[in-house]
Amino acid sequence: MRTHWFTPWLYVIPALATLVFFLIYPSFNTLVISFFGPQSEKLVGFANYIYCFTNEIMLSAFRNNLLWVALFVPLTVFLGLILAVILDRVRYESLVKSIIFMPMAISFVGAGVIWKFVYSYRPTGSAQIGILNAFLTFLGRQPIPWLIERPWINNICLIIVGIWIWTGFCLVVLSASYKGIPRELLEAARVDGANEYRIFWKITLPLMKPTVAVVATTMFINVLKVFDIVYVMTNGAFSTEVIANRMYKEMFIFRNYGRASAIASLLLLFIIPMIIINVQRFREQEAFR
Amino acid sequence: MARVTLKKVTKKFKEVVAVDNISIDIEDKEFAVLVGPSGCGKSTTLRAIAGLEEVTSGEIYIAERLVNDIPPKDRDIAMVFQNYALYPHMDVYNNMAFGLKLRKLPKEEIDQRVQEAAEILGIEKLLKRRPKELSGGQRQRVAVGRAIVRKPKVFLFDEPLSNLDAKLRVAMRAEISKLHDRLQATIIYVTHDQIEAMTMASRIFILNEGRLQQAGPPLEVYKAPANLFVAGFIGSPAMNFIPSRLLKKDSSYFIDAESFLVKLPSDFYPSISSYEGKEVIFGVRPEDFHDKQFYPEGTADNTIKAKIEVIEPLGDEVLFYLLCGEHSLIAKLDSRTNKRVGEEIEVVLELPKTHLFDPKSEKTIV
Ligand SMILES: Nc1ncnc2c1ncn2[C@@H]1O[C@H](COP(=O)(O)OP(=O)(O)OP(=O)(O)O)[C@@H](O)[C@H]1O
Ligand SMILES: [Mg+2]
Repeated sequence: MRTHWFTPWLYVIPALATLVFFLIYPSFNTLVISFFGPQSEKLVGFANYIYCFTNEIMLSAFRNNLLWVALFVPLTVFLGLILAVILDRVRYESLVKSIIFMPMAISFVGAGVIWKFVYSYRPTGSAQIGILNAFLTFLGRQPIPWLIERPWINNICLIIVGIWIWTGFCLVVLSASYKGIPRELLEAARVDGANEYRIFWKITLPLMKPTVAVVATTMFINVLKVFDIVYVMTNGAFSTEVIANRMYKEMFIFRNYGRASAIASLLLLFIIPMIIINVQRFREQEAFR
Repeated sequence: MARVTLKKVTKKFKEVVAVDNISIDIEDKEFAVLVGPSGCGKSTTLRAIAGLEEVTSGEIYIAERLVNDIPPKDRDIAMVFQNYALYPHMDVYNNMAFGLKLRKLPKEEIDQRVQEAAEILGIEKLLKRRPKELSGGQRQRVAVGRAIVRKPKVFLFDEPLSNLDAKLRVAMRAEISKLHDRLQATIIYVTHDQIEAMTMASRIFILNEGRLQQAGPPLEVYKAPANLFVAGFIGSPAMNFIPSRLLKKDSSYFIDAESFLVKLPSDFYPSISSYEGKEVIFGVRPEDFHDKQFYPEGTADNTIKAKIEVIEPLGDEVLFYLLCGEHSLIAKLDSRTNKRVGEEIEVVLELPKTHLFDPKSEKTIV
């Protein structure tokens, strides 16, 4: 049967049309709106972008997101990797894995509430209901206002919640990849004279590299979009603001569509390179099989 | 000097006894072949020697040193795996150099050793390639190369040829034998292919169900199998086993298989006298049958009549599937034999080469 040049397009067009209508068009519209004022009533040029890069709270949001990237991405991936390798030698592996994966099953808002209790603070002298401060006072120490102490402690406390939630995901994906490595390769390396540490760096890690890259970029994208944890636990108070939460506020609290769209466009801009890398890595991984 | 000694080694996986109380002594520079059917514990034994499997009980010595608690990397062994286990992210050079780099050898020495091994194995041109760009035979060579660059005391091979086609297997068989002469190292080689075992080994160790059945030079094992299992396992096609009774008549001993009666040679008598009148299993190798036409020693005492069921020509010899009474027999006969399927044939048994087995203990009587 003869196929016309347009035959493949007939198959692609429904999906493509949906994509254009629900994804490309809104993105493009957001970009356009970002050059307009609060109610899209008049063109303001780059004013919204200038605001993003000069406003103090926006700058602190950028800084905090950088801190999230610097701590959250390496720690989730590293913990996931180490746990994947170590748990492989543990008898109750699947049980332990399920427990570590559990936070993923809780809504992030729920996780925020749980950890708000963990970090809860009452002034010195009153009963501490947060487990951390209860422990500190039990030891006879001063309680610490975990979510207020700026700029490091409160941000790091939030990042820990993120790590708590996402490590399980990294673990499960990386563990599957680890189990895909033929046991004989590790045995061959052992006979060749490698200790476990060397095997990890010279054999295991290089073979898992494509998966590690996919997981790392996924975590990177997660971190740029981080919102719920911050929204629930501090709502950006005490210098814990992040980009996505700021966007939400500009949009739904201050009703400044222009600024919200500018922030959204910037987020998209930061994420695009990561998505490209991710897709490339994914292809590489497929080729490796 | 690298003797490998196993003393009462047992390995259990939960209830499964993979290796059952095996004691083996492999001399320095020996080419020892562990052979046996699938699942008999060959790989487990080899992996225990390599240190990849902890033994449940017993002791393993390499070069007179107790190695039970020594990790694989310090045992001074190299192993070639069945599916080669080449590192997919390294090229051939680095696959071979990996062990040497770990030992922190100087770069020139590594280069030289890899080059040397590559020349021996004819893979100099492949050094820059990744394993997935190699054919099965080339991968196999790289796996051997990775072992020989290390110059270990003991080489362990786990069915290294089983993934190759028949022709390449024969060629590699000869090459590994040559390599053994050249390396002057102890080799322990696992296979389930008895032809490989017979052709390469200086001594073969036959395992079944985790137990050592017999150890000895290939021809000795072929000529004097210790029990029914070894007799059936070594030799191709397998030995014919005929349930029969031992009779004494006029101070001579006879095998009575109902459909035939043959007289045993007198040097059998001392070992068989206690079985008089009892059930025994009479064992005859296919190659110990001869067509009466071309074998002048045929007499009434060593000739049987049988019906031809199937004929399989192999070239210089022909396999005859015979039926004698209710006994099915396989005989390897002279290719000049002109009998057809369905006809009767008279075959002569070369009785001094036959065996008798105790049907209960399955041990060889003679
Ligand atoms: N890790 C394991 N866990 C449980 N049982 C095992 C394990 N490894 C081997 N076995 C069992 O031990 C027995 C011996 O296995 P082994 O691999 O040594 O056989 P083999 O002689 O090498 O067979 P083949 O020729 O098929 O490779 C088998 O019954 C097998 O099922
Ligand atoms: Mg095996």
